Amino acid sequence: MKQTSITPELCRPLSPARTVFNYGMTTIAFLLSGLALLPLLAILLEILRQGVPGLKWEVLTNLPAPVGMEGVPNGFANAIVGTLIMVGIASLISIPVGILTAIYLAEFSQGKAIAQLIRFVVTVLSGVPSIVVGVFAYAVVVLTVKGFSALAGGFALSIIMLPIVILATEEALKLVPTSLRLASSALGASRFQTVFRVTIATALPGITTGVLLAVARASGETAPLLFTALFSQNWFEGLTSPTASLSVMIYNYASSAYAEQNKLAWSASVILVGIVLFVNIASRIVTSNRFKNR
Amino acid sequence: MQFSFHDSAINASSTSDLIPALRVKDLAFYYGSQKAIESVSMDIYQGQVTAIIGPSGCGKSTFLKALNRISELEGVVRVEGQVEFFGQDIYSRQVNLNRLRRQIGMVFQKPNPFPSSIYDNVAYGVRVFSRPNRVSLDETVESALRSAALWNEVKDNLSKSALGLSGGQQQRLCIARALAVKPKILLMDEPCSALDPIATMKIEELIDSLRHELTIAIVTHNMQQASRVSQYTAFFSTDESRIGQLVEFGATTQIFMAASQSRTRDYVQGRFG
Repeated sequence: MKQTSITPELCRPLSPARTVFNYGMTTIAFLLSGLALLPLLAILLEILRQGVPGLKWEVLTNLPAPVGMEGVPNGFANAIVGTLIMVGIASLISIPVGILTAIYLAEFSQGKAIAQLIRFVVTVLSGVPSIVVGVFAYAVVVLTVKGFSALAGGFALSIIMLPIVILATEEALKLVPTSLRLASSALGASRFQTVFRVTIATALPGITTGVLLAVARASGETAPLLFTALFSQNWFEGLTSPTASLSVMIYNYASSAYAEQNKLAWSASVILVGIVLFVNIASRIVTSNRFKNR
Repeated sequence: MQFSFHDSAINASSTSDLIPALRVKDLAFYYGSQKAIESVSMDIYQGQVTAIIGPSGCGKSTFLKALNRISELEGVVRVEGQVEFFGQDIYSRQVNLNRLRRQIGMVFQKPNPFPSSIYDNVAYGVRVFSRPNRVSLDETVESALRSAALWNEVKDNLSKSALGLSGGQQQRLCIARALAVKPKILLMDEPCSALDPIATMKIEELIDSLRHELTIAIVTHNMQQASRVSQYTAFFSTDESRIGQLVEFGATTQIFMAASQSRTRDYVQGRFG
């Protein structure tokens, strides 16, 4: 019997149409990926180009100068402080509430209808436009106490942060293997002991990531602060006074008629993007540590 | 098929002088509305190793998890019949589940150490119930690790992550963790199924050394293992109803050499399952 060789079949090239299609699609996918990156790179480049020249130490340490005054130090230190304070207030509200809600959803609800409802409401809340959150906080806090304040701003930002914290924490808790909960219970731990000593400890990197992403998101929000914290040309005067923030400052100064205010808005953008980038990178580092431990 | 038996198993015939640590009376167990096991009556004797064998899906693990009520964490369950722990019905309403599980410890199929240090793993159960001082906690951790034959391998690395241990070491750590709270009974759900033969041998030796301090019930797929480590054996099986039943319970030598039921004989001879 004649021995047939498999070599010609294995070495025969694909038809030209298949080859062209293959390379063509690869090229298109590559180009479109580049196109998707373009806006991000363009934004970053433009911000850096316009903002970095005006970025001197004095803008980080001084108040905004009155318009038209020459030779006076000009800056937005009050806006940096205000953003940090209001994001801090928002974190103080949303992190405990968010984590406890997520613990209820992931550990204690056991598929009850009320839990489905909470999860649905939280998902909807995460999609509510931030301007609506701002108007809501204005109606609930500002109109009630009759004044713009850092507290109202922090409250509005906490509503932005809350669904992010809840959804990320619940996901992180769900990733904790059931076998660890069983092991803990088999040693006589109560449900809350198990949650606090085992589940949260195991899920901590995931929870931290969620919290940091929420912080990054809140730092950049403008709309919730427009009607709540308003703005201020002065240093932080207390939790019940109108307070400056980077995002509202950029909003005000970018549309200003004065060139030096426009310039300041660009510099503030660099700082704001820097803060958001820093928090995002921090969350990346926390996440990557999680994999090293496993 | 050839079986080697534990020395003490050869003579284990009279049950009259044994104290039942657990007495199961006509137990039926439901996951939701699905009946998983029915009409199980047997004793688990104090100071003895009881093996639970049977084909997949016959309710061995379900039975074991019913003995410390851990199955209640996995969903809605319902129980008929009684499980008495030294005379106390564990399904009685007065029983505190946390205290029950402290007395009836459990080792799971896959090693499941907490993602923390070796020391903290062993100390976990102790810390759940009390705030021991450092010296007494150190002693408890050391003696638990010694009992689990792990001390010499980890004594210099107690603060290292438990996840860095090998599979066999992790499983012995889980045993040490269970021993640290000084349970009266240790339930083991196929503790060697994820381990290599050498690690398995170490666990078997460990089971034998622990027998004098506490009562052990072990679910296993491996009949050789059941014959090597146990004094008593329960054979579970199932039929078309897919409800697990206890077919036969007796001294291990009797189950393996002179079973009264033909299903038991067929199973231990490897003719089915």
